[in-house]
Amino acid sequence: MEAVFLQLLNGLDKGGAYALIALGLTLIFGTLGVVNFAHGATFMIGSFCAVTLQKLLTMSQKVRDESVTFFEAYKEVPYLEIWFGDTGRALIDWTVPLALLFSIPIMLAFGYIMERGLIQRFYKRTHAEQILVTFGLAIVLQELVKAYFGANPIPTPAPDIVSGSAHVGAWLGMSDAIVYPWWRLIYFLFAAILIGGVFAFLNMTTFGMVVRAGMADRETVGLIGIDIDKKFTIVFGIAAVVTGLAGVMYTPVLPPDYHIGMEFLVLSFVVVVVGGMGSLRGAVAAGFLLGILQSFASMTEVKSILPGIDQIIIYLVAVVILLVRPRGLMGREGVMED
Amino acid sequence: MFFKQQAGLHLILKMSTKQGVKTLGDMKVNRRSFMKGTAVAAAGVAAPSFFTRNAWGADFVNNPGDAKSVTFGFNVPQTGAYADEGADELRAYKLAVKHLNGEGDGGMLNTMKPLSLKGNGVLGKKIEFVTGDTQTKSDAARSSAKRMIEKDGALMITGGSSSGVAIAVQNLCQEAGVIFMAGLTHSNDTTGKDKKRYGFRHFFNAYMSGAALGPVLKEEMGTDRRAYHLTADYTWGWTQEESIKNTTEALGWTTVNTVKTPVGAGDFSQYITPVLNSGADVLILNHYGKDMINSLTQAVQFGLRDKQVNGKQFEIIVPLFSRLMAQGAGDNIKGILGSTNWNWALQDAGSQAFVKSFGQEYGFPPSQAAHTCYVQALLYANACEMAGSFYPPEVIKALEGFEFDGMGNGKTLYRAEDHQCFKDVLVVRGNQNPSSQFDLLEIVKEVPAEQVTYDPAIFGGELGPYKA
Repeated sequence: MEAVFLQLLNGLDKGGAYALIALGLTLIFGTLGVVNFAHGATFMIGSFCAVTLQKLLTMSQKVRDESVTFFEAYKEVPYLEIWFGDTGRALIDWTVPLALLFSIPIMLAFGYIMERGLIQRFYKRTHAEQILVTFGLAIVLQELVKAYFGANPIPTPAPDIVSGSAHVGAWLGMSDAIVYPWWRLIYFLFAAILIGGVFAFLNMTTFGMVVRAGMADRETVGLIGIDIDKKFTIVFGIAAVVTGLAGVMYTPVLPPDYHIGMEFLVLSFVVVVVGGMGSLRGAVAAGFLLGILQSFASMTEVKSILPGIDQIIIYLVAVVILLVRPRGLMGREGVMED
Repeated sequence: MFFKQQAGLHLILKMSTKQGVKTLGDMKVNRRSFMKGTAVAAAGVAAPSFFTRNAWGADFVNNPGDAKSVTFGFNVPQTGAYADEGADELRAYKLAVKHLNGEGDGGMLNTMKPLSLKGNGVLGKKIEFVTGDTQTKSDAARSSAKRMIEKDGALMITGGSSSGVAIAVQNLCQEAGVIFMAGLTHSNDTTGKDKKRYGFRHFFNAYMSGAALGPVLKEEMGTDRRAYHLTADYTWGWTQEESIKNTTEALGWTTVNTVKTPVGAGDFSQYITPVLNSGADVLILNHYGKDMINSLTQAVQFGLRDKQVNGKQFEIIVPLFSRLMAQGAGDNIKGILGSTNWNWALQDAGSQAFVKSFGQEYGFPPSQAAHTCYVQALLYANACEMAGSFYPPEVIKALEGFEFDGMGNGKTLYRAEDHQCFKDVLVVRGNQNPSSQFDLLEIVKEVPAEQVTYDPAIFGGELGPYKA
């Protein structure tokens, strides 16, 4: 029972992460019709916003270790600590939450430049060409990050106060052994709020209404005098911000390296396809479905009956769902079917 | 050697000419004189190889012949998750080439004993090199090794950062008849069930990690523990799990569960949560590289290190450590026990010589991967000098059973039966209070070679023939 409960928590946590990561992808696909293989790289750039801020905040005075003579070995004392003492330390400790704010303008600019500079030239080209160019862009971005930050993962811890585990079991009158990391609970909450925010934005604002109209029929919206292209550029920027924030928040869970985006790229495509191309609700539902199934498939009891199921469950479910519902869970007719 | 061959040929020509004149002039073929002539001619032909034992090795792959240089093939991960480790391996190889060619300060050539190298290349030939990218994928590693052998004329292949890759490349090299000096590979299989006559490993293995860690675990954690293993699902993970399990069970520990995790899983939460209520009080992470960084980081987030189970403090063990990994894991590594092949902080003359050369060249200390690769390059070159030839069977024989010292791990034996090096192993702990950015691992114990030596028969395998 406890094991099932823990895996359910895991599934919800994973599902939240998957849904959030896939949200940006489906937003871009739903509005612009672009198959964006640079989505993983956008996630990676987001996580490196946190790394960059950490580097800035921990700029240090180097105290040489005199016992080492063959090369320069030193202990680093951050200037913030020297200048501001505990306040400086606290600032460094709160790098990841601060990086959320730091990353918003960067990701917005990144999305804008990417759309205006490259993607818009490929609107009328085939999906295959869009895939090639965005995949190429992803590789370039990856290599740039690798050249500067190296290939090794960079530890980016959560603030001390939320670095441990919450006694979820005790809260619910279950075993004390049931604990769950604070940061993962926060991530789940964050994902829920952000997903809710994007839905609210699209459903409750005039801007959102125009965008939805544009998603349904781009030409007609253009004909009534609305500059839909400009609106779509903003949507692209928003998608980049959402993906970037997902990346920032994920850094304490997975120390980022240049390749972190690629690890999520295939997964987010599976989530989008299972959810239904272009369907935001579908992406969220699929994210949770796949997250929960993956967690349960990893249980020893399940693996003893079906060895290796944890490694293929996501793709197996994708195959089954696409066989039963070829447009995915909530796919609309006509999307990607021309 | 060249003069002896010339003399032999001259003799044959002289004999046959003499015989020829007689035969043509008299038109009489004397059987006895013919036999005498052919016997002398045969002796003449045999003379060069008879007196110079390796001249018969002319027909081996990428024989440098009269060329002024030989080419080594450095097959390291230049892209992918182990690119940093691969870059460090390549730095070490370049340094080794420099030292072998008589440039720089000589590094371990000053400390290695016995030493046949003269600092003028190998057998008087300058060393050049080509590089390949293994991408830490077996197929990519095999094709880059193949390319280096077939197109670039590599005489020896070396490098790598994964046992899967090492075993794949080792098989290829055996088929090609090219010696493979493995880089970082820790699976028992590399020199166990998958050992090959043409493959050699200087790095230690999972069995040795277990044997070295055992007494320290007993001392620090006692004999009544319940261990839970998370294991990378490939050759290295399997053999490490087996070795550590055998060691801990021999101490009296119980193994609660062993769970295989996919390589590159990223999020390990679904594998860590079952540990929480399993009754285990020790988590053993048979993960390396990024997997280890992620699983350790996440295990710490799940509060495992703060837990008390069965009245004991919960402990995490990472049997195979590297400094580069410790960097990625940040503070989570502090206080965690593991083992390592070598560390730059060692104070013996060989380690110091290498750290000095490497540090002065690149501005930071070498990793254990760099160390093993540097040593492997030197050992191969030295074996060629010892054999007086590049002919692989002779070089192999020179390496088999070779005992040396001054290379950073005390007295070392390249055991003939399985091509595994036996030397001191380090038990280390994540440093609680590092004095510099490189001071991440504290050496707990230098375990002597005798304590980690085992019978080669326990892992089986066949080396195969000398002649590929």
